[in-house]
Amino acid sequence: MTSSNTSQGFDVCVVGGGVMGCTTALFLARAGMRVVLVERDALCRSASGVNAGTLTLHMTRAALVPYAIQAWSMWMHPETWLGQGVLATAAPGLSLAFTDNEREILAARAAARREYGAQIDLLDPTAACAIEPGLNPAVLEAAHCTTDGFASAYLTGRAYHAALSAAGVRIVEQTPVTRVERLAGGYRVHGLDGAVSFDATRLVLAGGVWLEPLLALLDVHIPVKTLINQLIVTERMPPVMRTVLSIASGLLSMKQFANGSVLIGGGWQGLGDRERGGVETIPANLIGNLRLAQHVIPALADARVARIWLGLESETADAMPMLGALPGLDEAYVIGCVHSGYTSGPYMGKLLAQRILGETPEMPLFDPARLLATPGVPAQTH
Amino acid sequence: MTDYDLIVLGAGPAGVNAALAASAAGLRVALFDENRAAGGQVYRAPAFAGTTDDSAERQAGDALREALAKSRVSAFLGHQVWAVTADFQVDAVGPQGSLSCTSRALVVASGTTERVVPFEGWTTPGVIGLAAATILLKSQKVLPGKTTLVAGCGPLLAAVAAGTLKAGGELRGIVDVAGFGDWLRALPAMLARPDILRQGLAWAWAIRRSRTPLYARHTLVRVIPEGERLRAELAPCDRAGRALPGERKQVLVDCVAVGHGLTPATEITRLLHARHRYSRKAGGWVAITDDCGRTSRERLYVVGDAAGIAGAAAAAEHGTLAGLACARELGAAAGSLDPALGQAQRRHARAARFGHAMARLMALREGHVQGIAADTIICRCEDVTRGEIDAACDAGARDVNQLKAWTRCGMGPCQGRTCGDVAAELLATRLDVPREAVGIFSARTPLRPMTVGALTGAFVYADIPIPKAAPL
Repeated sequence: MTSSNTSQGFDVCVVGGGVMGCTTALFLARAGMRVVLVERDALCRSASGVNAGTLTLHMTRAALVPYAIQAWSMWMHPETWLGQGVLATAAPGLSLAFTDNEREILAARAAARREYGAQIDLLDPTAACAIEPGLNPAVLEAAHCTTDGFASAYLTGRAYHAALSAAGVRIVEQTPVTRVERLAGGYRVHGLDGAVSFDATRLVLAGGVWLEPLLALLDVHIPVKTLINQLIVTERMPPVMRTVLSIASGLLSMKQFANGSVLIGGGWQGLGDRERGGVETIPANLIGNLRLAQHVIPALADARVARIWLGLESETADAMPMLGALPGLDEAYVIGCVHSGYTSGPYMGKLLAQRILGETPEMPLFDPARLLATPGVPAQTH
Repeated sequence: MTDYDLIVLGAGPAGVNAALAASAAGLRVALFDENRAAGGQVYRAPAFAGTTDDSAERQAGDALREALAKSRVSAFLGHQVWAVTADFQVDAVGPQGSLSCTSRALVVASGTTERVVPFEGWTTPGVIGLAAATILLKSQKVLPGKTTLVAGCGPLLAAVAAGTLKAGGELRGIVDVAGFGDWLRALPAMLARPDILRQGLAWAWAIRRSRTPLYARHTLVRVIPEGERLRAELAPCDRAGRALPGERKQVLVDCVAVGHGLTPATEITRLLHARHRYSRKAGGWVAITDDCGRTSRERLYVVGDAAGIAGAAAAAEHGTLAGLACARELGAAAGSLDPALGQAQRRHARAARFGHAMARLMALREGHVQGIAADTIICRCEDVTRGEIDAACDAGARDVNQLKAWTRCGMGPCQGRTCGDVAAELLATRLDVPREAVGIFSARTPLRPMTVGALTGAFVYADIPIPKAAPL
């Protein structure tokens, strides 16, 4: 049965309009496919447009470093694939240790990333302070990487909206997907409780923290954890830092944009969940995050906090991505749960597009089958 | 055990009366305000001791402050509240540093933000809001300028004009978007409050006696600096406030005080995810409440102009009403509150009738924003023009938060308090959809900008509780 609101004839329907879904849609459309992209909110508003915009290897999982290096270049050169950019800016990245324990973590993390091709050196306090004069001189050691930088993540939706529109992708926003039907030779994706639907030969699920319920619509059961990350931005202020700063534990990320505002993140948790989104900040976590930031750059004490918000992050059981064909289904794919997903996102989307187009992806994908919940055993809920 | 039964945020007439009523009924009540004295905007206290003022507002304000001082309410004045959580933990920074406390119920009495519909030159130094002029006159006892032009719409026009004259200032004109008929239509409701009407007539008399030129159904089209002064250009306008072709009048002054009404300050009720609706007459988005100010969130109340513009007199009654309702909800003095509640309800209804008539005079007029030129700044924190907002809309932005991400409109220090209403109106108008369809800027903490140092306080690195490290 075809309802009067069914749009037919798509080669692919991408569900989820973050960086992963948008990039996949973009490359498929450029290769000649008719693409519809269905997003529950507006493009890039849940994670991709509200994250800290850090483009770093320090915090990327070691095994993902080769992917992140490729993606870093994509962000820095949007004219080669995206068009309008997101103000991506290269800057040295420093990961810092202030205690002996943090020095150990720093050395181990740097060594692991070097194995995967990251050019990371360990610096003594004098060398670190020469690169970042605003740094607290109490620093014991710093890991230094030049493949680092940042973007203004809030511009992500605008950039993709323009690129996708130009590539002929049909963008359907404010439309949560509530049902997926398997048809002969394709899928029918229902949105808004059945008010609209889209028929496509291929299906790509790119729904971030909502991947678990989306996959369940296809009877594929993979637990996905939702992280609620707090982010803090200050008013514009005179220059107080010129590098991207983090702490060995990974619980701080910080940079100052060209307009003078400083963005502070690091994955301190707020309240919320997949159903309600980010609900509210936890004042104690906020203060912990700010204390770390002020300890690293003491001049931040005078900064004025303008806004604190929450961004969602998805994570699989092994904290590695889902990227590839879904088991037991024809032409159905999943992309998501990439650690430091904003950094690596565009390259992951490019790889999945290569796979869907029948090419050999430049780098290995991450088979989602490994994450299938054992039948009969209830999936772990978070 | 919570620190208080009730925390009231805002010490204007609504907040103070809510606190007094709840405290008298036996609740443990705390009251917060960022100002050093209670009174809010209308009953604002002078900043310096020893000033005398025989105005009705000053007397009402002094009576309010005296009643508060004699009560058992714990007043935290001079405190900036920067976070409120769903379980009513309130975080504030005051003269003695950070403070955090909890309560069983919360009354939000956060008042309003002034709306200015932008025109060419509205961000020029010397152009200030009517509300800002009120603060200068009432609190600082300072004239906004040696010579002043007041412009916009609503009762604040008359209040600032009369206040300027009383303080010995020279008024060069009153530019009112409303016509005589608009005021006339408000007259029946004004008659419901003869005490306030009397004040209005006194203002009108003072203005008339001063022979100040009155430009009814006129609007400011431009303000340009000229030497040390400002040249304001006026034009006749239509009912919506859009300039019409016709003779431009020029007025040279030191200060232009302009305002186009008030919007309820809903940051806290939005932060706590209470349900809201858009009401042009009430001033914009307001929390959905019953007549005692109860929102959709349990034990969360909103009172006074924050719940919809109805004026200071109605706010006081609304506060009493909510304070009593809250006391009853929390089980204090059960039963005996009914007569007081009934009385407060009747008094509130009467005061609100007048207040709503005034609110209609300063509601955002349909079509007013269409008169804004493309190169006029809408978001003054981030210098976003109308043209940039229109372009984002044409490129596919469909709600105000998307618009914000695409243009930075509303991302500055005021967090959209100043531009939000006008930006949303521009977007809805261009898309030809109702205001509800384009939404409202998400409310976030901090409720006011806070320095990092004030939030972090004294600490040592080793004591920062570090969560689990990120995976390798």
